[in-house]
Amino acid sequence: MFASPGTPRAHYKALFQRLLELPPEELRKSQQAADLSFLHQGITFTVYGNDEGTERVFPNDLLPRIIPFDEWRKIESGLTQRIAALNLFLEDIYHGGRILADGIVPRELVYSCRHFRREMRGLSVPHGIYVSICGTDLVRLPDGSFAVLEDNLRVPSGVSYMLANRKVLKKVFPTLFRDYGVSPVDHYAQALLSTLRALAPPQTTSRHEPKVVLLTPGVFNSAYFEHTFLAQQMGIELVEGRDLLVHDNIVYMRTTAGLQRVDVIYRRVDDDFLDPLCFRRDSNLGVPGLFNAYRAGNIILANAIGTGVADDKALYAYVPAIIRYYLGEDPILANIQTYLLNDRSQRNYVLEHLDELVVKAVGESGGYGMLIGPHSSEEDREEFRRRIEAEPRNYIAQPTLSLSRAPCFLEGEVQARHVDLRPYILYGENVTLVPGGLTRVALRRGSLVVNSSQGGGSKDTWVLRA
Amino acid sequence: MLSRVADSLYWMSRYLERAEHTARLIDVNLQLRLDQSPEAGAGRWLRLLEACQVPPPENGKIGSTALTHILTLDRTNESSILSCVAAARENLRQVREQCSTEMWEQLNRLYLQVNSTTSSEAWLLHSHIFFRAVQDGAHLFQGVTDSTMSHGEGWQYIQLGRFVERTDALARLIGTHFRSLSHPLDQAVESEDYIEWVGLLKSCAAFEAYCKTYTAELRPLRVAEFLLLNPEFPHSVRFSVDMVHAALAAIGDMTERKAEQPVRLAGRLQATLSFSQIEEIMASGATGYVDSIRWQCAHAHTAIHQVYFDYSVESALAS
Repeated sequence: MFASPGTPRAHYKALFQRLLELPPEELRKSQQAADLSFLHQGITFTVYGNDEGTERVFPNDLLPRIIPFDEWRKIESGLTQRIAALNLFLEDIYHGGRILADGIVPRELVYSCRHFRREMRGLSVPHGIYVSICGTDLVRLPDGSFAVLEDNLRVPSGVSYMLANRKVLKKVFPTLFRDYGVSPVDHYAQALLSTLRALAPPQTTSRHEPKVVLLTPGVFNSAYFEHTFLAQQMGIELVEGRDLLVHDNIVYMRTTAGLQRVDVIYRRVDDDFLDPLCFRRDSNLGVPGLFNAYRAGNIILANAIGTGVADDKALYAYVPAIIRYYLGEDPILANIQTYLLNDRSQRNYVLEHLDELVVKAVGESGGYGMLIGPHSSEEDREEFRRRIEAEPRNYIAQPTLSLSRAPCFLEGEVQARHVDLRPYILYGENVTLVPGGLTRVALRRGSLVVNSSQGGGSKDTWVLRA
Repeated sequence: MLSRVADSLYWMSRYLERAEHTARLIDVNLQLRLDQSPEAGAGRWLRLLEACQVPPPENGKIGSTALTHILTLDRTNESSILSCVAAARENLRQVREQCSTEMWEQLNRLYLQVNSTTSSEAWLLHSHIFFRAVQDGAHLFQGVTDSTMSHGEGWQYIQLGRFVERTDALARLIGTHFRSLSHPLDQAVESEDYIEWVGLLKSCAAFEAYCKTYTAELRPLRVAEFLLLNPEFPHSVRFSVDMVHAALAAIGDMTERKAEQPVRLAGRLQATLSFSQIEEIMASGATGYVDSIRWQCAHAHTAIHQVYFDYSVESALAS
């Protein structure tokens, strides 16, 4: 927020002024009203591995994060470039594997990835779009530029909080909001629906309006609120695995008027659980026979199966090379320096510097399975050293980033907390980014972990109009 | 509409109706007890437990505090008000995108309110406020539902659930009452007994409506006629069955499954009620009559399940 102590950056000036004018009591009241509104709307998420009341309100911070238009334009073009390249990469590795033959990406890295799906080889997906919904985590580096920390190409969540935060902020700061000229985000659901519809094969669209449904693991999933919210906003059916069945490679849903055919599934269920006949046999969340229907081209899944190979944290290191290879362009957004631990010299360096680095398990998300060197104990580091030596392919290391901070209203006063930014990218007929995203906040003082499951919160993100 | 969604809406509505019914029964009971000796009150507690299908406590102690707790805030009792409201909310939570935001917020608020209530002696003194709040909360939810949700198929399942539950609960309450209290049918009841009959009417929210129709002179025959056969009063068996039939007929039209069993069963039940004479019913015994109603109602419930919620895939593919 500040260029130097006491001097706010140009785009934060009005907010700073408003905060100086506003009595803290006023702000506290607004925060209470906002919290209550979240509770009453049931905007909650579920914390795993915690017995007491698994449902929690997702903490929301009242002060918006502001991003000037120029910076947003760069983010937008950078992410558009990235999703295009990653889709080309997925199509390539599941078909000819040119990039592997040319030695740009090591073969073993792809084939050893837990999320690589042999079943997808040679299978063509409509328009070559594997990833149609993507949420990419960005961080701001000390030099002020944004860099990509992580791609989420499987089932990224959080977009409903972006929309809910905006709704609350409009009520709390109506005049400030209007004066700032903030780009709207409310059309996200509509854009998502057109993206999903665009995936339907042409023979479907000539038969009838394509039937799109959202597949949720069910009410116990941590993002269940979001699933219901998106289904409602799009006006599509929210289904669970038990609502669907496959007969003669055609997917039906069980309705009160009999069986009805389904064309596109926006699935929020992981690959592993989609079809017990093909993937994990103990899954009760999926639909037996779904993969065969998928192979037969009778159902579209968004995202496609097997996209997780491209957001593997070790493969992440190769994304700049992937962009250059397929698009012949330099990446617009930088990567964070990443050490690959199956390389002997890099591994040795990392093992010697565990107390300075962040170590992440490649297949995990949500802030689970992470070591933050500077905040870790000797035992934690020993534990990770053992794990890395046992399975080096499963871990990567990155420098501990000093994430940028933003002002937050906590415990009755304004305090600085570390934040990141997750914009949402849609890829159907064309690429759509709603201007904004989810700014996640590490609510604990000094903490660098922003994940909701690890005590993170969120705040509204204002992208200013040109 | 998805079968699972219809199922959840139906049960959500049943649970909420059950919570409202239980709240009214306890509320009435706690107030009547003020006019009675403790011994007379114990009998009514037992009847109340029977009407709520809760087994009497094993130690045989019938005390207002303990029983109220079991029926109200006891999570281990599946029919306590808290359990019912929680189950209603959980069902609605699973189909949130099918109901209006206002509906969800109202039910969620009711749940948070009930869930944050703690039972204590002091609470028992002011419990009227609590039981009123539950009934008001349920009424408010019904009003919000009627004015914010499309009166389409989903709404019909909510209607269906509410009135199937109401039919069953009323029939059970009336049956319990007539089984344990005998009084000459066509004579006005007096003194001690009077309270019991007022209690029955009030438990059906029917005292005022009864008085408008028959004056404050209570005769068992008239009470039975009013609660069983009155076509206009929303807490009569006849009215509830009419609503069940109407909802099923509407669902039959919407799903193009007119000749299905549920609507026929409800139609038969409706016909029985609309052509019954109260004298005939009482001559052969009110309890047998309400038991037959409950049996037919349970039958319709099973048929609803088999036709709309849980049909076999083979039959669906064949049609």
